[in-house]
Amino acid sequence: MAAHLKKRVYEEFTKVVQQQHEDLSTKKLRLTKPSKSAALHVDLCKATSPADALQYLLQFARKPVEVESVEGVVRILLEHYYKENDASVRLKIASLLGLLSKTAGFSPDCIMDDAINTLQNEKSHQVLAQLLDTLLVIGTKLPENPSVRMRLVEVACKHLTDSSHGVRNKCLQLIGCLGPVEKGVAKEAESQAAKDVQKIIGDHFNDQDPRVRTAAIKAMLQLHERGLKLQQAIYSQACKLLADDYEQVRSAAVQLIWVLSQLYPESIVPIPSSNEEIRLVDDAFGKICHMVSDGSWVVRVQAAKLLGSMQQVSSHFLEQTLDKKLMSDLRRKRTAHERAKELYSSGEFSSGRKWGDDAPKEEIDTGAVNLIESGACGAFVHGLEDEMYEVRIAAVEALCMLAQSSPSFAEKCLDFLVDMFNDEIEEVRLQSIHTMRKISHNITLREDQLDTVLAVLEDSSRDIREALHELLCCTNVSTKEGIHLALVELLKNLTKYPTDRESIWKCLKFLGSRHPTLVLPLVPELLSTHPFFDTPEPDMDDPAYIAVLVLIFNAAKSCPTMPALFSDHTFRHYAYLRDSLSHLVPPLRLPGRKLVSSPVSPSITPHEDPSQQFLHQSLERVYNLQHLDPQGIQELLEFTIRDLQRLGELQSELAGLADFTATYLQCQLLLIKALQEKLWNVAAPLYLKQNALASAAAKQILEETYKMEFMYSGVESRQVVIIHHMRLQAKALQLIVTARTTRGVEPLFGMCEKFLQEVDSFQRCFISELPHMQGSFVDKLLDLMPRLVTSKPSEVVKILQTTLRQSTFLHLPLPEQLHRATANIIEPTGESDNPLRFTSGLVVALDVDATLEHVQDPQGTVKVQVLYPDGQAQLIHPKPADFRNPGPGRHRLITQVYLSHTAWT
Amino acid sequence: LLAFSLCPGAGQDVGRSCILVSIAGKNVMLDCGMHMGYNDDRRFPDFSYITQNGRLTDFLDCVIISHFHLDHCGALPYFSEMVGYDGPIYMTHPTKAICPILLEDYRKITVDKKGETNFFTSQMIKDCMKKVVAVHLHQTVQVDEELEIKAYYAGHVLGAAMFQIKVGCESVVYTGDYNMTPDRHLGAAWIDKCRPDLLISESTYATTIRDSKRCRERDFLKKVHETVERGGKVLIPVFALGRAQELCILLETFWERMNLKAPIYFSTGLTEKANHYYKLFITWTNQKIRKTFVQRNMFEFKHIKAFDRAFADNPGPMVVFATPGMLHAGQSLQIFRKWAGNEKNMVIMPGYCVQGTVGHKILSGQRKLEMEGRQILEVKMQVEYMSFSAHADAKGIMQLIRQAEPRNVLLVHGEAKKMEFLKQKIEQEFHVSCYMPANGETTTIFTNPSIPVDISLGLLKREAAIGPVPDAKKPKLMHGTLLMKDNSFRLVSPEQALKELGLAEHQLRFTCRVHIQDPRKEHETVLRVYNHLKGVLKDYSVQHLPDGSITVESILIQATAHSEDQGTKVLLVSWTYQDEELGSYLTSLLKKGLPQSTS
Repeated sequence: MAAHLKKRVYEEFTKVVQQQHEDLSTKKLRLTKPSKSAALHVDLCKATSPADALQYLLQFARKPVEVESVEGVVRILLEHYYKENDASVRLKIASLLGLLSKTAGFSPDCIMDDAINTLQNEKSHQVLAQLLDTLLVIGTKLPENPSVRMRLVEVACKHLTDSSHGVRNKCLQLIGCLGPVEKGVAKEAESQAAKDVQKIIGDHFNDQDPRVRTAAIKAMLQLHERGLKLQQAIYSQACKLLADDYEQVRSAAVQLIWVLSQLYPESIVPIPSSNEEIRLVDDAFGKICHMVSDGSWVVRVQAAKLLGSMQQVSSHFLEQTLDKKLMSDLRRKRTAHERAKELYSSGEFSSGRKWGDDAPKEEIDTGAVNLIESGACGAFVHGLEDEMYEVRIAAVEALCMLAQSSPSFAEKCLDFLVDMFNDEIEEVRLQSIHTMRKISHNITLREDQLDTVLAVLEDSSRDIREALHELLCCTNVSTKEGIHLALVELLKNLTKYPTDRESIWKCLKFLGSRHPTLVLPLVPELLSTHPFFDTPEPDMDDPAYIAVLVLIFNAAKSCPTMPALFSDHTFRHYAYLRDSLSHLVPPLRLPGRKLVSSPVSPSITPHEDPSQQFLHQSLERVYNLQHLDPQGIQELLEFTIRDLQRLGELQSELAGLADFTATYLQCQLLLIKALQEKLWNVAAPLYLKQNALASAAAKQILEETYKMEFMYSGVESRQVVIIHHMRLQAKALQLIVTARTTRGVEPLFGMCEKFLQEVDSFQRCFISELPHMQGSFVDKLLDLMPRLVTSKPSEVVKILQTTLRQSTFLHLPLPEQLHRATANIIEPTGESDNPLRFTSGLVVALDVDATLEHVQDPQGTVKVQVLYPDGQAQLIHPKPADFRNPGPGRHRLITQVYLSHTAWT
Repeated sequence: LLAFSLCPGAGQDVGRSCILVSIAGKNVMLDCGMHMGYNDDRRFPDFSYITQNGRLTDFLDCVIISHFHLDHCGALPYFSEMVGYDGPIYMTHPTKAICPILLEDYRKITVDKKGETNFFTSQMIKDCMKKVVAVHLHQTVQVDEELEIKAYYAGHVLGAAMFQIKVGCESVVYTGDYNMTPDRHLGAAWIDKCRPDLLISESTYATTIRDSKRCRERDFLKKVHETVERGGKVLIPVFALGRAQELCILLETFWERMNLKAPIYFSTGLTEKANHYYKLFITWTNQKIRKTFVQRNMFEFKHIKAFDRAFADNPGPMVVFATPGMLHAGQSLQIFRKWAGNEKNMVIMPGYCVQGTVGHKILSGQRKLEMEGRQILEVKMQVEYMSFSAHADAKGIMQLIRQAEPRNVLLVHGEAKKMEFLKQKIEQEFHVSCYMPANGETTTIFTNPSIPVDISLGLLKREAAIGPVPDAKKPKLMHGTLLMKDNSFRLVSPEQALKELGLAEHQLRFTCRVHIQDPRKEHETVLRVYNHLKGVLKDYSVQHLPDGSITVESILIQATAHSEDQGTKVLLVSWTYQDEELGSYLTSLLKKGLPQSTS
């Protein structure tokens, strides 16, 4: 029954819609332009009750209106507006007016007067508010018309005394958005009502409705955003608003104070209840700090965030934020941080904690204790201990920003950041680790701090561990014990989570190269060498041993005395690792092996300019010497390619560029070689062998061009043209070769057709680039195009052959930044000793860990291919959440791939 | 008027919280605690203090319990069942759930172990709990037509709440115990700007400002971790509820994070039941637990298992939570004796220890303990102390006062000397008066209650239209008649008042004679007066009527010659009551005489 009813309802519903649809469409057919307004007019006249009219209006609002008919529609609407008694319909009309004036291309100045007129007689507050909103839309559509704006602002000022909060709200919003910003205009209009928008808005800071107060502050902020310089007098008003009962008012007031503190950082404000004066930015800083312990967490987040951007604040205020005077029974107590520091400086290693270790020391004068801090005292201490993690994250971010600008503050906030490493929410932990990394150039970790930091290495979250490894990469450690500790903890980490291998090695690489002198005294211990006895040779495949070696070798790079401490097998291991893990092990100047390393090491010193220069020079050389004899060109190309490839290996920053150009030259070389072949002059069947070479070259060029187009990030359209051009040449070559080798004309017809189509599409796609391609293959080809289209395939082939030979070699303009997209699968490692076994028909999950470099939009483009032993391949699209973005241009894919296969025999 | 009195309990003392508040004629009892230190009559508050004659039910309008600690609810069955109280008792849901467990446990120890008689029975606890009405956070409960209460989150322990008690426009906020810094399982206390007339705040840590909780937690975890890695055993003596759960969460998450494998045990008993309630009342916990419970309820411990006596002898590292917290008896002491000899092991005391207990002895550094039977136990294990306490410190108290903005503050639940300091600070910083009554002392606080009066819309609009635009900052004077009828106040227009009361309107007129020395004729005098008034009263309509009188607005002035002395003219000034202001001004003006220059 119910289903039946439902069906009926639907039927009726659809019926109604259809009818109206017909209605409209028929009208549209008959009347051309004024249809919209006429239809609306008819509808509205038909409407018997306000509810009906409202329905019509709602329907009308769903469809867009063309620019030309907007004005007519507006007139109709206004006409009905005056007649209408029902407030809700008027409200809808008012909102429609606003909507219509937003239509692109429509200039609403013609309807402004009407809109203002409607305001005069309106009684309903809601409709008034809506009308003001419409005026706001109109005003924002006419930014170039100050007089209109002035008028609107005046209208708004008139309605500011309205008793409804909604109307006042809108008025303030309007003033904020349209109020005159330039000084000159304000002076001109001084006689008029809107002489000083700031004053008008400021008066509403004390409105009885919190929503209006908020709107007033927001309007003020809007004015500021539009470029008006706010007066300093507002500051004291804004300060009062900080104690408002409503959170949205406080939140906006905090923002306003922040804006003012940025505008007038150096002006002096008096401290109430004393005769002293301080800088405004300091005062504002203190006030915002105070808001970090506000009752509403929204305000707290806001305040904590803004603190970070107040870098002009004086340092002693800044340092107060981390200060919290501890006391116990009115006696001064030291914080755990102070105690830790003392313990450290006294040279005593952390002993067991004693009962009464934190026993309070000196008596405090009761009068001197200030429980509610007047200033910035302890703001961050509170913020970092907050209940809501949003506040804590904001506080950590603010700490980060402040610490970046003030090294002394960075030193001070270290203890607190280290504490945050133990937060209960992972995001906060991660954020604080990142923060620490960002300020690491300013700080040196004490041993006890390092201890806490290293404890986090055992965290089960991979992100946290890796963030920490990155942090350790750029941390300064003060003592050799610290290095030792770090190494021990990292090795512990390695045994617990073997998958972190790469990241740990990398971390140790930097740790070693940053602290060569601290590593030096540790070397005998780390390598477990003994002055008298030979120690057994460690296992070369042990990741932990490799980790130690990475640390030592990187330290040895800038510490020439270190190799003397190595034992024989260490040198052997060095040679092995230098080959197998060349990115982690630097070349060393070893005593016995000068010849291997010394020629390499000077060239490796990263000099941006010479290598760049070299690149350009070699390219110049190639491009200039085109008219050399073919043999010479070939040789030159070969040399240049070799040079470029070597350069790419040596200079990681230029690798992409060098590879790219080398590939291009390689293509050119192949093309030249193919054209050099003798087969062209002889009958085809005789030279099948050479023929194979030429067609292979064509194939290879095609492949390389696709690689060039898609495997590099940063390729611009200029390069794409050249690449496509090269591909076109390759296709021409292919065509020639097939024409030579195949008998009969029929297949050639198709091929010629296809080739000509491609030439055509090339021309269409790159028409703008053609002028740059004087004398090129395609340039010549296009000249001959009319002839080509009409001629027979054999002739086409002939023409192609000659043009291909005559055409010049195009310059490849180099883009600014070019990187080769690479994917490196870290896990699963190839050639594993234990094959993956799973029952047929069931699913097994395989962890895949890969780093992707310079891949654009990896979420959309990267897929994982599984190749089963029987040759079957399966493409898997990883979830977007599996991609992490540890740095610019780098992505990391950590995902699980499900394997399944039926049994095979 | 707000009277406030303290039953013997929790004035300048910790334990036995019991406060009686009389607010606008309503009597509310806040908390009903017991004192742990006494075993005689003194352990319960003296309820005869409340009312000597008559039943408690008649006198008290309601009882409010802030949280389930025994020093706040321990005397409840005694009070309701043995002394006799049948009115409503309000507490939050978790408190209602956990409170009977603790009371039962307390009863068992006192009656079954110590063999006391004349103590409440299990049945009494049940009966008492039947009278409890559970409230939600921020729910306004109407106790009766005038009295309403509202609970706010207080941190401290699961279900702890602060209560706002409101009668009319007078209100009191009682904080109970609260904590302004969040911990691993509970959030921070929060209250809105309710501006109560009186804030009754606990002040346990009136003179302490604590270090960040994070340092303590980190130290604790580091100690435990190191010991476990060394292969040692860690003993943590705790009391069953409150801190125990916090530490469990702390260790549980740490184990989870660090992927540790060593077992953690919790000695069984009432904890398991209580843990069950912690699992249920997720909404009362902190943000982290609330947000993650969909994936996993944090109180469903993965690594923490129930302890069995036999486990203590197992080899390898382990962590054990055992009751009681001061190592004075029971399981924790047994385990301590077993493990004390090994320097690899460690005991962590997470709270305060009373003098005389084993806990206190080892904390003060004693290494050789004399046990019963003249045994000497040598303590080789490491002894650590960590304070995990969930009371607001001085800063927290000040922060709460700042949030609530009370007009008066009253400190309870603390030591007199410390309260003195805080009192002074509060008065200095907030400029509000602060009280700290002793046990049994009554404090009276006078309030300025604002009395709401109904006004008819017509009158309001009419009056608002007169004079300047209404301004939020300035009070506005209004004219009307105040009608006090049937316990309600109304402001109505005079006409309506007359009509309602069935009274006839009376005209009240003042007449005054002013003598002026003026030898001229009467009409000349009148003219002079007219000109003079016209000159002075520019804003008023001054008219000279043909019958020889002058009207200023509705005030009539007539001049007659003095019957005896023709040189003296008598000016008769007459005005109605409504024009009193202008009339008296006019007479004083005329009394000064006419200016001479015009003559």
